[in-house]
Amino acid sequence: MKTAAPPLPGWLAVLRQRLFATWLDTVVSLLCLYVVWRVSVPLMQWLLIEANWNGTSRDDCTSSGACWVFIRARFAQFMYGLYPVPERWRVDLLGLLAVFAGAALSWRGLPRRQEIMVATVLILPPLGIWLLYGGFGLKIVETREWGGLMLTLFLAIYAGLIAVPLGILLALGRRSRLPLIRFASIVFIEFWRGVPIITVIFLASLLLPLIMPTGFNVDRLARAVIGLAFVIAAYMAEAVRGGLQALPEGQTEAAQALGLGYWRVTRLIVLPQALRISLPAMTNEFIALFKNTTLVLIVSIFDLLGIAQAALADPAWVGMNMEAYVFAGAIYWFACFGLSQWSRSREKRLQIAHGR
Amino acid sequence: MIVLHARAELDAIKARGHIECGVHLGLPGFSFANDKGEWTGLDVDYCKSLAAAVLGDSTKVKFTPTSVQQRWAVLQSGQVDLLSRNTTITFSRNATLGVNFQGINFYEGQTFVVRTKAKVAAVKDLADATICVAAGSTEEKMAADWFRERNLKVTIINFQKNDDAISAYDQGRCDAYTAGVGALAGQRIKFKDPAEHQILTEIISNDPQGPVTRWGDERWQLVVRWVLNAQIAAEALGVTSKNVDEMKAKSTNAEVRRLLGVDGKFGAMMGLSDDWAFNLIKQVGNYGESYERTVGMGSPLKLQRGANALWTKGGLLFTPPFQ
Amino acid sequence: MKAFLRDRKVRDIFWQVMATIALVAVVVFFVKNASDNMVKAGIASGFNFLWRDSGIEVPFNITGYKPSDTIWALLWTGIVNTLLVSAASVVLATVVGFTVGLMRLSHNWLLSTLAAVYIEFVRNIPLLFFVLFWYFGVLAALPTPKESFDFLGVIFLNRRGLSIPTPNDASGFHVALLASLVLIGVQIGLARWAKARQARTGQDFPVWSAGFVLCGALPLAFFVWAGVLTSWDLPVLRGFNYRGGFVLVPEFVALFMALSTYTAGFIAEVVRGGIQSVRQGQIDAARALGLTPGRVVRLVVNPQAMPVIIPPITSQYLNLIKNSSFGAAIAYPEIVAVFMGSALVATGQAIEIIAITLGIYLTIGLAVSVFMNWYNARHRLVTR
Repeated sequence: MKTAAPPLPGWLAVLRQRLFATWLDTVVSLLCLYVVWRVSVPLMQWLLIEANWNGTSRDDCTSSGACWVFIRARFAQFMYGLYPVPERWRVDLLGLLAVFAGAALSWRGLPRRQEIMVATVLILPPLGIWLLYGGFGLKIVETREWGGLMLTLFLAIYAGLIAVPLGILLALGRRSRLPLIRFASIVFIEFWRGVPIITVIFLASLLLPLIMPTGFNVDRLARAVIGLAFVIAAYMAEAVRGGLQALPEGQTEAAQALGLGYWRVTRLIVLPQALRISLPAMTNEFIALFKNTTLVLIVSIFDLLGIAQAALADPAWVGMNMEAYVFAGAIYWFACFGLSQWSRSREKRLQIAHGR
Repeated sequence: MIVLHARAELDAIKARGHIECGVHLGLPGFSFANDKGEWTGLDVDYCKSLAAAVLGDSTKVKFTPTSVQQRWAVLQSGQVDLLSRNTTITFSRNATLGVNFQGINFYEGQTFVVRTKAKVAAVKDLADATICVAAGSTEEKMAADWFRERNLKVTIINFQKNDDAISAYDQGRCDAYTAGVGALAGQRIKFKDPAEHQILTEIISNDPQGPVTRWGDERWQLVVRWVLNAQIAAEALGVTSKNVDEMKAKSTNAEVRRLLGVDGKFGAMMGLSDDWAFNLIKQVGNYGESYERTVGMGSPLKLQRGANALWTKGGLLFTPPFQ
Repeated sequence: MKAFLRDRKVRDIFWQVMATIALVAVVVFFVKNASDNMVKAGIASGFNFLWRDSGIEVPFNITGYKPSDTIWALLWTGIVNTLLVSAASVVLATVVGFTVGLMRLSHNWLLSTLAAVYIEFVRNIPLLFFVLFWYFGVLAALPTPKESFDFLGVIFLNRRGLSIPTPNDASGFHVALLASLVLIGVQIGLARWAKARQARTGQDFPVWSAGFVLCGALPLAFFVWAGVLTSWDLPVLRGFNYRGGFVLVPEFVALFMALSTYTAGFIAEVVRGGIQSVRQGQIDAARALGLTPGRVVRLVVNPQAMPVIIPPITSQYLNLIKNSSFGAAIAYPEIVAVFMGSALVATGQAIEIIAITLGIYLTIGLAVSVFMNWYNARHRLVTR
């Protein structure tokens, strides 16, 4: 037993408990502090303190810190790729619409929220393609000129839009009582989950033109979207299957007892509950999809990482490797971290709502 | 017996309104896009000439950058009408990939770039070195064969893209990077410090490069071939973008008159308008002008004509007569 | 008639037949288009290309491949390289992953926060970044061959790779390996015997100490003895590079580190979830019984945590194997780079090559899945 020593003030006591409770703990804590200090001090110096923020060319980067001038000079390219400058308002407009729709739908008090959600999902994607690609009054901007963050978001969102319904259908198919459908679903899911995504993107780029009838050209970007969509659909299917399995049998049985047919049961009873359960897993898959969009680099589609690499090839900005990769990496990190935090907060809210 | 249906490429192009040209991902001097997306280079000029000849306007062409790996698939699938990206003509490519080469627009020679500090005088001094190269290029096989024949050991590291190979060499992963003399002169600006590097003068192989088309459409291949010949013929006949109007009006040389469409309906024979050659010479220039502007003395690359001069001037370029 | 149509079985069969017809029609349509297009383009087809001379260089291989070998040999080299980097990365990823996962559960707030930072950092950034960072970062840090780091004068680390000496005669090592395997078998038998004896008589046996000797000290002695017996091929600086010995290329190191550190982050989360799934009451009860902390972990926590950990770790291992294809981005000669890259460009036969590559990955994945399922079944808790 320790002798009675004067009690430490609150926060100091917590510090002691958490960091210095035992002798070993103290050593470990000191070691950690040392590591943190050794790593973060040079990092902060390079990132912020000695960094160059102002200027227009390479020569303005005089100190040894990061040359953020490079990022500022090429910021538009990182965001839009080679999208023609006079048409960039279309990308901005689409972005604003999407953000507005997202914000509006996240407000729980929105009247007729379900209808608006369905309407958004049905209207916004085709509208987006019209705005980005053109035609019917807007100047056509070919997909080869799209690039940067805008392209990454396009890939992730549109591949996701195809993958989610397809994944749900596959998950339902995997649990179907019709043996053929079940077999076909299992084969499809296991096939696309078992191959590396790089090979799928190669496959889509090389094979899609070959298997289409002559003269039917599949746009290069569309091929990448389709390839990604198929793979992610397989992973989504497994995520949704988890939700379907977690749903108590009683729900389906009760619905059937009420005389509802298969599709009614699925649409009105099973899916709403199952999707709510599997939402965290589905969000994880979407985060993975977002990260996997970098693979289109292999087929020379210039997403955010591709634009970063292309910018490095500019002879006017030699040696900016770290800045370019750190900037692009930071964008990915914040986007993915944000998504996962949103998913976690939703999960918590659901747990409270269900009284668990 | 396999019957190949002509795909009427020319009609498709006219309907589409522009030519789809497959080019390099970024090779200064040959096909390179600046950060505004404007393409320049010898191979780019060729495609622009094609556009001027077929559609009357050298700006009616769209460029698709392709890596060494993707170029064949992009051509075979029909996504582009031709490849104009410093591609070397080889037997196996001709025989197994279903592609044809329509002439030579640049006589390349393969050599190596090394660090000046390494004091390499000849290629054989690179024994035991590590060499970076783009996978799937003729340079890869040629370098391997050359060193093997002389019983010298080298380590060859191949990369998916030329730019990856160059930056790996620059970072010090390899002792040397191999490509054609012309290509190296262009890639030089991508090094962190170009002064530290030296391009060897010894050439280890002959790489004739030219435009590439798919099998199947003879009519289109005809156009591709004769547009290249027209560029060379124009230089041989002394027709430049500056004097082409005057030449068309006043020349008495029979071949010039046929070339510029004054006599004979040569354009119509190919399915083009009769001032196909006139347009391309006026808008882009003859071979010599294009060369000087993109890779020659008027460009940062400063390559001599060498083998790329006319046969009358000691080079290898000549063209069948326009008769 | 209506009853017939309403009959569920009939409807089931009807829909399945329809689905089959639709599927077959779609497949036939695509296959016909593909063969038409390939004929028009003059692309060869068939699998004869596998026996052609490849002429493609592979800078890193342990199969002794030369460019004069066939494309089939090239494929095999790619497969071996894939398995090599995958196996090595699995080991390191598991070790690091378990460590970080346990750090995350530590009482020490700093330690657990550092672990959390590591995990969040790694999980939210695409793997391609790490691969490129390790490759270009690693290269930038290493010296040129002339200024290599050298260890004991026989191992050299530089930009071209890690040159290690190789034995000229490996037979001594084969004998040592065999002997070690026999000793491991003895140890397993000993462990079983000790367990049975404990169940019978309650007596302890120092299995771990015996294991240390049998599986640690003795095999080490054998290998050292074998090493002393043979002569070695030492790396020597000749001109530009070190010749002799075996060179572990920086591409391998970069891919190995990137895959390991990336997958470790995910494994850490799995481990944390698994250990947290063991109810606190179990641990309290075990402690109350007076078990030492080591025994609590070994006998109470692990058996309950493992079945929760193994299935997700399996999928992480499978992901790692698939992610080895990122080697294509940095010129590590694994299957995608060598076969779907170089060989495809050289022969133009896209469909056959893609089919073979996908088949190989599916087979590897299947094999790993089967093994892990067996392992999982062995460790499954029998609950009432």
